[in-house]
Amino acid sequence: MLEIRRVRKQFGGFTAVDDVDVTVEVGTIHALIGPNGAGKTTVFNLVTGVLPPTSGRIAFRGTDVTGWRPDRITGLGVARTFQNIRLFREMTAVENAMVARHCRTRGGFLRALARLPWREPVSERETRRRAEELLEVVGLSGRRDALAEDLSLVEQRRLELARALAVEPALLLLDEPAAGMTPPEIRELNRLIRKIRETGVTVLLTEHHMSLVMEVSDVVTVLSYGRKIAEGPPAAVRRHPRVLEAYLGPGA
Amino acid sequence: MLDQYRESLLIFLGINVVLALSLYLPASAGLLSLGQGGFMAIGAYVSAILTAWVGVPFVVALVGAGLAAGLVGLLTGFPALRIRGIYLIILTMGFGEIVRIFFLNFEPTGGASGFGGLAHLTGLGAVTVVVLLLLVFAVQVRGSRIGRALEAVREDELTAEVMGINLTRVKLSAFGLGAVWAGLGGALYAHHALFIDAGQFGFFRSAEIFLIVLLGGLGSPWGAVVGAAVVTLLPELLRPIQEWRMTFFGSLLVIMMVLRPWGLVGRSRRRMVHG
Repeated sequence: MLEIRRVRKQFGGFTAVDDVDVTVEVGTIHALIGPNGAGKTTVFNLVTGVLPPTSGRIAFRGTDVTGWRPDRITGLGVARTFQNIRLFREMTAVENAMVARHCRTRGGFLRALARLPWREPVSERETRRRAEELLEVVGLSGRRDALAEDLSLVEQRRLELARALAVEPALLLLDEPAAGMTPPEIRELNRLIRKIRETGVTVLLTEHHMSLVMEVSDVVTVLSYGRKIAEGPPAAVRRHPRVLEAYLGPGA
Repeated sequence: MLDQYRESLLIFLGINVVLALSLYLPASAGLLSLGQGGFMAIGAYVSAILTAWVGVPFVVALVGAGLAAGLVGLLTGFPALRIRGIYLIILTMGFGEIVRIFFLNFEPTGGASGFGGLAHLTGLGAVTVVVLLLLVFAVQVRGSRIGRALEAVREDELTAEVMGINLTRVKLSAFGLGAVWAGLGGALYAHHALFIDAGQFGFFRSAEIFLIVLLGGLGSPWGAVVGAAVVTLLPELLRPIQEWRMTFFGSLLVIMMVLRPWGLVGRSRRRMVHG
């Protein structure tokens, strides 16, 4: 699904991502973990085209997308959420999800001009229906006309998820989806992520809640100071000496 | 029938609505411009050349003025795409000055002595038609796919792009269309003022357009209409207080910005939703 090959990202003299290789298999839930500053979010930014890599290649479903613009990568079927929530704050919940239908719909100024004021065009109605469906999936139906900025933190995270799903991604990147959630909310998220995978979406996520990572993921990749230090099934990774060292310090 | 003074005032009101909408469109994508006077100048001079020298019908001159301004808008838009906010405002300000100085020195269209003797072709009818067309356009775009894209770009460019919106296309088309609208406004203005010179399209004109939009509010195209009405009509209504009227007008602006910073019409989105 996604192949990251010897990808490096330098900011001046600082190497945030250091020749990292990751392969995300179709249909898996793949976790990218590591201490703060390990380069997880940078990897997400490289995969989604927000930042160009300094060197290395990134291929999505066999297409080399290295250096592509974000909107083109999204068009291929990669969607993401943001660790520091980036909703369109002055838009309602349903509008946020509708925006993300952009790359799956057509129509510019001329199409807008040709609308009849008393009847919503079919394409527009369809966009709204899809957006409302996704709000239902994440449990936000009752809040669809609330402004994004008026939602609670947890609701905002859910809306980010619904918005990303509106892209109809083949690969969904979740950047710390459980941050700020209580244990019951995390359990709910766990169910939701599994449900999303069942619909055929491959998931790559970063997370600090180890219980969630261990329960939900098929494969875990561990980054530390921009380097990959371990990879494998969660049970093996959690016992890996270098992982323990990275998290707890030497001698642990 | 309207007397000449009132008719002229209404025509100027209509022209100001057109100019305000020319800024409202790019502004709805977060692209603020203090150079709409420059696009207006291009529209004014191109339409003047077309009617006075080539002798085409006014409709053709309007279209030509819009296209010429739009083309320049696209060319200016490219460098403008990379920047936004205050930096874009400065860039467009510079652009407006370049255009003004160009026409000030461009002898074929009169240079500093201006371009006079234009036919009075801008009637109330023509202005009304253009205003209605642009208003319908603005209203239709709101709540459409492209309208949502503009709003998303205004709120957060990076996220909009990650959500699959082609930033270049959206921003360039909004900026370019805004330039077309300003060109139309310039053409209407030229054929009502009958005499144009570079000074009429300088910084103060751009600032006035900016003011109209800010005053009316960025939240809806109706803000442009109300803003234009206030800026066009209020100084006229204040004529009795003579030399104090601009002071009074300025004070009103200050009070407005304190009490309703989101504009006269465009209620802040929060209030719209919460009633």
